[in-house]
Amino acid sequence: MIPEIGQFSLILAFCFAIVQGTLPLVGVWKNNAALSNLAVPAARTQFAFVAIAFICLDYSFYANDFSVLYVASNSNSHLPLAYRLAALWGGHEGSMILWVSILALWTMAVTLFAKSLPETFRIRLISVMGMVSIGFLAFIIFTSNPFERLIPAALDGRDLNPLLQDPGMVFHPPVLYMGYVGFSVAFAFAIAALLDGRLDITWARWTRPWTTVAWVFLTLGIAFGSKWAYYELGWGGWWFWDAVENASFMPWLVGTALIHSLAVTEKRDAFKVWTVLLSICAFSLSLLGTFLVRSGVLTSVHAFATDPRRGVFILMYLVVVIGGALILFAWRAPKVGLGEKFDVVSRESMLLTNNVVLVAAAGSVLLGTMYPLLMDALGAGKISVGPPYFDAVFVAIMAPGLFLMGLGPLAKWRKASLPEIGMRLRVAAVISLVSALLVPLLMGKLTLMTAVGVFLGIWVASTTLILLVNRIKTRKIATPDLVENLKGIPLAFYGMLLAHFGIGVFILGVTLVKGYESEQDLRMDKNDVAKIGNLEFRFDGTQEIAGPNYMSSQGTFTVTSNGKPVTVLQPEKRFYPVQGSVMTEADIGPGVIKDLYVSLGEPLENGAWSVRIYIKPFVQWIWAGAILMALGGILALTDKRYRILNKKAAKEAQDALEVFEA
Amino acid sequence: MNRTLKFLIPLVLFFIAVGFLFKGLYLDPHEVPSPLVGKPAPTFQAPVLSDASKTFNSADMKGQVWLLNVWASWCGACREEHPVLMAMAKSGQIATYGLDYKDTDQEAQAVLDANGNPYKTIATDVNGKIGIDYGVYGVPETYIIDKTGVIRYKQIGPITEEVLINKIVPMLKELQR
Repeated sequence: MIPEIGQFSLILAFCFAIVQGTLPLVGVWKNNAALSNLAVPAARTQFAFVAIAFICLDYSFYANDFSVLYVASNSNSHLPLAYRLAALWGGHEGSMILWVSILALWTMAVTLFAKSLPETFRIRLISVMGMVSIGFLAFIIFTSNPFERLIPAALDGRDLNPLLQDPGMVFHPPVLYMGYVGFSVAFAFAIAALLDGRLDITWARWTRPWTTVAWVFLTLGIAFGSKWAYYELGWGGWWFWDAVENASFMPWLVGTALIHSLAVTEKRDAFKVWTVLLSICAFSLSLLGTFLVRSGVLTSVHAFATDPRRGVFILMYLVVVIGGALILFAWRAPKVGLGEKFDVVSRESMLLTNNVVLVAAAGSVLLGTMYPLLMDALGAGKISVGPPYFDAVFVAIMAPGLFLMGLGPLAKWRKASLPEIGMRLRVAAVISLVSALLVPLLMGKLTLMTAVGVFLGIWVASTTLILLVNRIKTRKIATPDLVENLKGIPLAFYGMLLAHFGIGVFILGVTLVKGYESEQDLRMDKNDVAKIGNLEFRFDGTQEIAGPNYMSSQGTFTVTSNGKPVTVLQPEKRFYPVQGSVMTEADIGPGVIKDLYVSLGEPLENGAWSVRIYIKPFVQWIWAGAILMALGGILALTDKRYRILNKKAAKEAQDALEVFEA
Repeated sequence: MNRTLKFLIPLVLFFIAVGFLFKGLYLDPHEVPSPLVGKPAPTFQAPVLSDASKTFNSADMKGQVWLLNVWASWCGACREEHPVLMAMAKSGQIATYGLDYKDTDQEAQAVLDANGNPYKTIATDVNGKIGIDYGVYGVPETYIIDKTGVIRYKQIGPITEEVLINKIVPMLKELQR
């Protein structure tokens, strides 16, 4: 009964999405208030029915209802409760339910919090989001029904893929989807603006907080995913340039460009056409990512759907949504006009360079991801280009952009002076150059790549600090009190500093772990001691333990440094009988300076094991950097100019609009 | 350029991409005639994976039929192919040799430790030079080389069970006679 309620709710949600996506637009066009006023109630009703469907499906997982095919394929009665609930998004159909639920959640948020928008604009916005929803609900109902019954019911389920049985599975997908589905709001803003013909400073101000929220989620989602891969996949990498990772990384790159471009549009009324195009691109890449992952066109470790019918459906959807948006763009954008002029050396030009760099980087990732498909379509066979391509091309494109990151925020709007910026940054330049030589030497080996990496990391971090000092200096005229000065700086500025500083931390982490990680593959008998640097790893043997749905050989390694105890690590080799698969669970001793990473290979004779021990210096800085970026975004959001609920800001926006219209 | 036309560029690019995606939906791994088929296999000497003191010399392979599988730890399709290679190794019908392409020994070894090693010996091709001699487009690719050192077959993309049964096994039977 419950699954049928879920199925029926989905169909009702689909009907309400159609109402939400069509009638209000007609209403605004024909000036019919009865029709346009449908937008908000239709959106909220759609949300309610999607939520019911979601709850019904998750209830089926909770209740171990193996008469539902999807539950039987992705869960098992021995699976712990948290994983049973998270197993909802462990397969194709459920992932789509998560997608559409998060879209409905975003739409609901728009109906609740976007009250300061002019009525017609808000209605268009909600209606465009309804259109996006129609396609996805249709996709679920017609090609990927998660409520399909299995008759007779299975005795027990086939279990969730053991790779996914990890706390990361509970948090990572929802956060990631909040990010890339969140770009649908920026997309809807752009489409509403194109329909409206109103593209100005106030438009940018409305769009910014929504885009930033989505970006924060996406940043965190990608960081979670990378951390998960690091400890779960068992060979210590943190990024694989896998198609699925790229699918989330491309919208991130374009979304980052969009955040910066929106700032220019808001502050200078420039880059308007470009900003709209970026808004469309960011969400298009989210959709393309969904297509690549869900249609199975690319061979990937993650892809779980290979049904051409689904692929064709998503592709048609892509054509309608992205193609439609781009036609609208080609038709309406030429009328928008250009913004204010600016000099070759100015903050505008540097932000434009930043945008070009980020978009080019996203383009290179897109090319690398699509290249295998491209070659295949041209008849050259299925291949994969892999990290050698991405490492070389991506780094080469990003490096100059990262250097400019130091200069940009110090440049003045419209016209800046390079010698003046140079003077301000000379300290940072010296510090960065010295560390570029010193840090690699301290770590024991100087190579070009590590020197460049350390230089860029320190450069980005130190120029960010100089920016703060500079900002205080310019305020000092008013009051000499440091605390007063620090308080006087807007939160959004601190947000920017924090996010940029995070990039510096991230670069240092990547450079140092890539340059100085060490690893050893050993055959270890019980009580053998492996010595790596000043650390001793003693293998105390393994013991058999039973988990809720697996058996495990757990090894114990006592780590000491010159005889003093450091930590005890217990990596496992787990056997999941339902799927008959073996999982390697590494154990990691995390640290600010280095991670100790031990994983079990194969059992050898007489209780000996092949063992892999890594020392990963500064690897945690990678995720610390990402978290700083996300915190920066959150700080920027709390700035009173963007507070979505702020009545004064709403009033100001309304006033500005009236002035504009008059 | 005409101002309005400029705004159509994104749309045109998008439709080109859609064309490829559409075609991509209906593609299967398939063979491509390689100019190297029927020609002597380029000889090479390369260090052996995880044991750089040893060298693999392809000239030593003369007199036996062998299979050269180009792979890498970073290649997703290789992981898909891996069980098929394992099955082949178990059957003992043919000696499979690996060429670890643009990879590091540690990462490659980690994959083998986790999933098993189907290869008799693995030569390493860190900078991809041997790959160029063999005309490797990408990984995985597999070559069947006969007793006289001539390439008789090239598989682009993963070896599936179907390819194994319909192509590789009959060809091996013929060559090993």
